[in-house]
Amino acid sequence: MAVCIAVIAKENYPLYIRSVPTENELKFHYTVHTSLDVVDEKISAMGKALVDQRELYLGLLYPTEDYKVYGYVTNSKVKFVMVVDSSNTALRDNEIRSMFRKLHNSYTDIMCNPFYNPGDRIHSRAFDTMVNSMMMQVC
Amino acid sequence: MEQGPAGASGPAAAAAGAGGLLLPLSETEQQRYSELFSRCCPPPEAAAGGSSVGELFRASQLPPDTLHQWKNNPQITEVCGAKRMGYFGPAQFYIALKLIAAAQSGFPVRIESIKNELPLPRFMALKNDTEVRYGTPAEFHGVKFQVPHATLEKNSYKRTDEGDKQEPKSPPMSPICSPPASPSTYQRIPLSYGYGKARSGLEQQHGAPYEVRHSTHQQDGPSSGNYGAKSALACSTPNRSLSVEREQQDSSTQYPDDPWRITEEQRDYYINQFRSLQPDLNAFISGSVAKNFFTKSKLPIPELSHIWELSDVDCDGALTLAEFCAAFHLVVARKNGYQLPETLPETLLPEYLQAACLKPMRDCALFDSYSEPLPSSQQTRDLGRTEKSSAEEVPDNSALIQEGKKDDKQALKVSTTLKTIPKEFQHLTVKAAAQEPNALRARPRSRSYSSTSIEDAMKKGEEPPTPPPRPQKSHSRASSLDLNKIFQQNTQAVRSGWLPPPPPALPPRPSVSQTEQPSEVELHPQMNKPPSQAEENSSAKKEVVLAQPPSKPARRKLRTEGQGLETPELSPTINVTSSLPAVKPHLPVQKQSSKQKRAIQTAIRKNKEANAVLARLNSELQQQLKEVHKERIALETQLEQLRPVTVL
Repeated sequence: MAVCIAVIAKENYPLYIRSVPTENELKFHYTVHTSLDVVDEKISAMGKALVDQRELYLGLLYPTEDYKVYGYVTNSKVKFVMVVDSSNTALRDNEIRSMFRKLHNSYTDIMCNPFYNPGDRIHSRAFDTMVNSMMMQVC
Repeated sequence: MEQGPAGASGPAAAAAGAGGLLLPLSETEQQRYSELFSRCCPPPEAAAGGSSVGELFRASQLPPDTLHQWKNNPQITEVCGAKRMGYFGPAQFYIALKLIAAAQSGFPVRIESIKNELPLPRFMALKNDTEVRYGTPAEFHGVKFQVPHATLEKNSYKRTDEGDKQEPKSPPMSPICSPPASPSTYQRIPLSYGYGKARSGLEQQHGAPYEVRHSTHQQDGPSSGNYGAKSALACSTPNRSLSVEREQQDSSTQYPDDPWRITEEQRDYYINQFRSLQPDLNAFISGSVAKNFFTKSKLPIPELSHIWELSDVDCDGALTLAEFCAAFHLVVARKNGYQLPETLPETLLPEYLQAACLKPMRDCALFDSYSEPLPSSQQTRDLGRTEKSSAEEVPDNSALIQEGKKDDKQALKVSTTLKTIPKEFQHLTVKAAAQEPNALRARPRSRSYSSTSIEDAMKKGEEPPTPPPRPQKSHSRASSLDLNKIFQQNTQAVRSGWLPPPPPALPPRPSVSQTEQPSEVELHPQMNKPPSQAEENSSAKKEVVLAQPPSKPARRKLRTEGQGLETPELSPTINVTSSLPAVKPHLPVQKQSSKQKRAIQTAIRKNKEANAVLARLNSELQQQLKEVHKERIALETQLEQLRPVTVL
């Protein structure tokens, strides 16, 4: 039950950000933005090791009292950040991983579209549908 | 039908407001008119579709001879202001009906004449059941769609015939306005369905009634006979009733007006376009090629992006023939004003299309004859139709095939000369010119085929299904074409976004046979070979096959998927069969195991080399990507600097 899902480009600008409609959506945007620091930290913490060896799933980036933030990086340094409601304790790590995997798959589908230029904002309806389903229910 | 009283009051006032003239409608007239109006347009819509109106006009059996019939009807629509407004509002409709009544009574078609007291306009053989036809909006939209497409095609062909290099996919409006001189072209549009409301203007009605006649009056043989008399092309009634019957069957078996259903003629057109991009019908069109092609349609990029999303079902960045047909169909639909669906309609699914595309695959010889004659001159087509009027279906078929063979030779000759994509539509004109003399028989045939699904079904049933090339799921993500681009055009690869997953995905595809490899070699099997074959497979052959993928993956990817899969398939089977007799006894097993170890080690080494190569390539490409980004940023800053200067 993700509350907010964001796709961040390699240059750390958002390609796609969508959150559950609440009154203070900017809060989520801010959270995602600050979490990018943690992502970079984790990436660099892995050292200059080969890209292959780095795990794509970064895990819990940092928790706050209301929610948790998870991260995932692709090989081309595109980051997926997911903000999840803390009260939803039923969410296990595996489920988060599977959600990220789905995100990644949808992202590659978008990439395969020749009309999509890498670095553009994502306007794909299929991607929207998938993200919506992820926010509605745990998958 | 019984909505007469409801709209009774409105029309009178509306009629008054329409042309600034007060048009008194008697009670009966009001009732009749509103009833006709409601028949002509489903209640939710405010304006009557041109198709139904056109049909109504035809039904009125206005006197003049067939060829000049358009002259009369134009007058009516002009007078009633529909031409100006582009559609038949209630007011225009009533005025038009009044004018028809006047014309039928022998009065000239003028505003003044309708002020008199006139009898009700007579419409022959309009049945109430036709309302059923307009009941479903989908059908109506289908009606809307088919003719615009055809007229679009026809117009594009005509324009290219006229030497006009205009983009064939120009917006629907412009072609319509241009050729009023030969309205008969629209009649010959080989469609069986109505025409579009999206198009305004008179000429459409000319085209519509003919087709509408085919599709609307499904019940009456006798009524069809009447229409036959009124036909602009003087076709014999047997033909009309025959086609009407066919239409009956057609509509009963499937929904011919479904805008998402590709007709034969459209499919032929798409297939020819596919061929112009990619001669092998079993191969893919790569993403960039398709992008260039569809960008020519001048649709906005987000819409094209969405169309691609819908049609590229397996998301591999390339279009098979079926996917291409679906995409093209969606583009055409969008150009004709249809909203894109959220999900791919059932009739555009690749599986469905491939079942339907079997005929094209097999009868590619006939296609050139189908499509080439289409753009040819109208006169020949006219004659051709009348020739075919009384022919039976089966003899026509054989005649067509013979014609098709003749046409095919010419078409192939012509088609080889022009293959470039920018001239994709131009080549049709050359072919058309070549095909004109031979086009007589072929065209009417294609028209009658497109009008019925029974014939289609029969045809499809006759031919054995050729296996459609479906890319295997396992390698769809590791897009072979991306890799192809990488190896051949580095710059293009930069655009392709993220590179395919790390090397382990690469070797498996060509070395499909090596499923028996122990887990040290990172190959995931694409085909399941029994383990026994593994031992029997000679190590030498293994090395050979393994050596192939790292050194020439690009070559393999270039080949069609089917071929790519087949050759590894063939080689292991050959390996197996050859080694089977040789390796029966179990004694040499030990020798083989050591051989295997060596083979495995060499394979590992080779894979590591491949990995290294790819890693290097990856880093190079990342570098290039960075540089390109820098350039882009530089250009953008330049643009920003320049912008204030220009905007004064």
